[in-house]
Amino acid sequence: MPERLLEVKNLTTHFVTDEGVVRAVDGIDFHIDTGETLGVVGESGCGKSVTALSIMRLIPQPPGRIVRGQIHYQGRNLLDLTPSQMRKIRGKEISMIFQEPMTSLNPVFTVGEQIAEALRLHEGLGRRDAMDKAVEMLRLVHIPNAERRVREYPHQLSGGMRQRVMIAMALSCSPNLLIADEPTTALDVTIQAQILELLNELKAKLGMAVMLITHDMGVIAETAQRVVVMYAAQVVEEASVEDLFKEPLHPYTQGLLRSIPRIDLAATRRQRLQAIPGTVPTLRGDVKAGCRFAPRCELARPAHFENDPVLKEVRPGHKVACFLY
Amino acid sequence: MAEALLQVKNLRKYFPIRGGLLSREIGRVHAVDDVSFAIQRGETLGLVGESGCGKSTTGRTILRLIEPTSGEVWFEDKNVTALDKRALRQTRKEMQIIFQDPYASLNPRMTVRSIIGEALIIHKLVRGRRQRDDRVVQLLETVGLSPDHLRRYPHEFSGGQRQRIGIARALAVNPKLIIADEPVSALDVSIQAQIINLLEDLQQQFGLTYLFIAHDLSVVEHISTRVAVMYLGKIVEIAPAKELYTSPKHPYTEALLSAVPIPDPATKRKRILLEGDVPSPINPPSGCRFHTRCPIRVPSCSENEQVLKEVSPGHWVACQVRS
Repeated sequence: MPERLLEVKNLTTHFVTDEGVVRAVDGIDFHIDTGETLGVVGESGCGKSVTALSIMRLIPQPPGRIVRGQIHYQGRNLLDLTPSQMRKIRGKEISMIFQEPMTSLNPVFTVGEQIAEALRLHEGLGRRDAMDKAVEMLRLVHIPNAERRVREYPHQLSGGMRQRVMIAMALSCSPNLLIADEPTTALDVTIQAQILELLNELKAKLGMAVMLITHDMGVIAETAQRVVVMYAAQVVEEASVEDLFKEPLHPYTQGLLRSIPRIDLAATRRQRLQAIPGTVPTLRGDVKAGCRFAPRCELARPAHFENDPVLKEVRPGHKVACFLY
Repeated sequence: MAEALLQVKNLRKYFPIRGGLLSREIGRVHAVDDVSFAIQRGETLGLVGESGCGKSTTGRTILRLIEPTSGEVWFEDKNVTALDKRALRQTRKEMQIIFQDPYASLNPRMTVRSIIGEALIIHKLVRGRRQRDDRVVQLLETVGLSPDHLRRYPHEFSGGQRQRIGIARALAVNPKLIIADEPVSALDVSIQAQIINLLEDLQQQFGLTYLFIAHDLSVVEHISTRVAVMYLGKIVEIAPAKELYTSPKHPYTEALLSAVPIPDPATKRKRILLEGDVPSPINPPSGCRFHTRCPIRVPSCSENEQVLKEVSPGHWVACQVRS
């Protein structure tokens, strides 16, 4: 079997707070193959962003700590690397773009300088060459008047442009894996469409894999090839995008799909949305054993509250963590 | 036309931009630029558009939370824009608002009891604390919260629960019209569904009329009877919800609809990608505001301001090419 680009095993990340330990990611497994787009979907607090930050080793320690697990990138466990070894990976092999482009870009440096930074650090380019390449990157992400805009500051650009700048920064060293954490959530829908189109184009051009984190099932359907569904710090389902939408197995996934208003299905107009009752559990302090979704699941039986379900393959390529299977 | 509950006529709101030594007005943000529409009793009018199109400002200007620059707002038979302070306060019982940000719209230093009960006391709808508490408890139960929540503070609740508190607050004075300004945008998907269902149930139960402002087209389509699309301060299209979504006429509406990601991997759609970003409302384009990004523009589009014309019953479009 060819070596997987990224293999995450039993990743567990905790945060120590005054009110107890928050178990933000609690033993998750998944992988990403070269060139594929993996969608990671879940609602707030499910652990998807912390997963991404853990892979990039950007979790502040303290109060965070990667307690257990392995993150294998091209066979090497990133958790074994020294800080300077990890710096060679970050921005060069694995890059990340964030949700809020205004707060993720440095306001006191021009966009050109921010793109050039990675190039000078990782590729050893001199100032002039790095700036030239920065202009090229701005053109790659379809920013008009690139030579002029390269000297501008983030506040002079619109939200969509800033996101493009962030993409330019992330891709400047041609990484093998791009982690995109809710890259379009803060953007208008027409700009979102442009950015997703851009990501697809660049992915094809650079042969890069993408880990796309979002809560938007529509974005997942249109961009991902495989999907991982997270709930309460765990992976509850994993499948190809076609299988996930055609036959969602986990009650949470089914609930999510039923609760979204559908613009494309005329028949469901004016029919009540089927909301999932209750709220996501807080994962602070001692977490009781048992399926974490059981309190909100209409198919739950008493035994489901006693033991933890395990993620296992129940159809070819389709895994689910649920006692119903 | 049968009497509409709300009529908005040529509403304008311009925000001055001041500059220079003497803070003279050097420009204006044309946030709402000649907007007119009516809402019938019992219906839900959706108002959609992207950031900066003026939809939130429209909502607030209708209630005079922001004073309009010009134009009129009629609620039943009263000219809201001409009311004096006292009469306006009375009318405010009939028109309420739910805000987008459940974290910013509740006073963190007030208990739930005070937040929901405040208006009851101001409008003298209850006599004494006991009556107020009874009414607040009734409202809490109506929105799916529990009486123990009376004594708690906003920070003790989740986003969805806070939004319910905001809804209870709006219902407290028995309004006829509720302006919901992006009421579910800040909520998780599964909570959005709960709140949308709640709003629909309340509409049935209390005979409410809604102006539902949002940028999420799927949500608006689901809940609205009619939908108006805004772009750079103007309404470009208005039609019954189903018709807007199955046969949009304005090129902006088409682009907007095609941009919505559909949760079905099997759907193959042709996506209309608009070039560039939305122009600034400080210096809107001449003629049709949309012409700079429009795939079907003709030369005269940059000269002629577009007016809404009825192209089929109840379906109005502001586009000379399409009407």
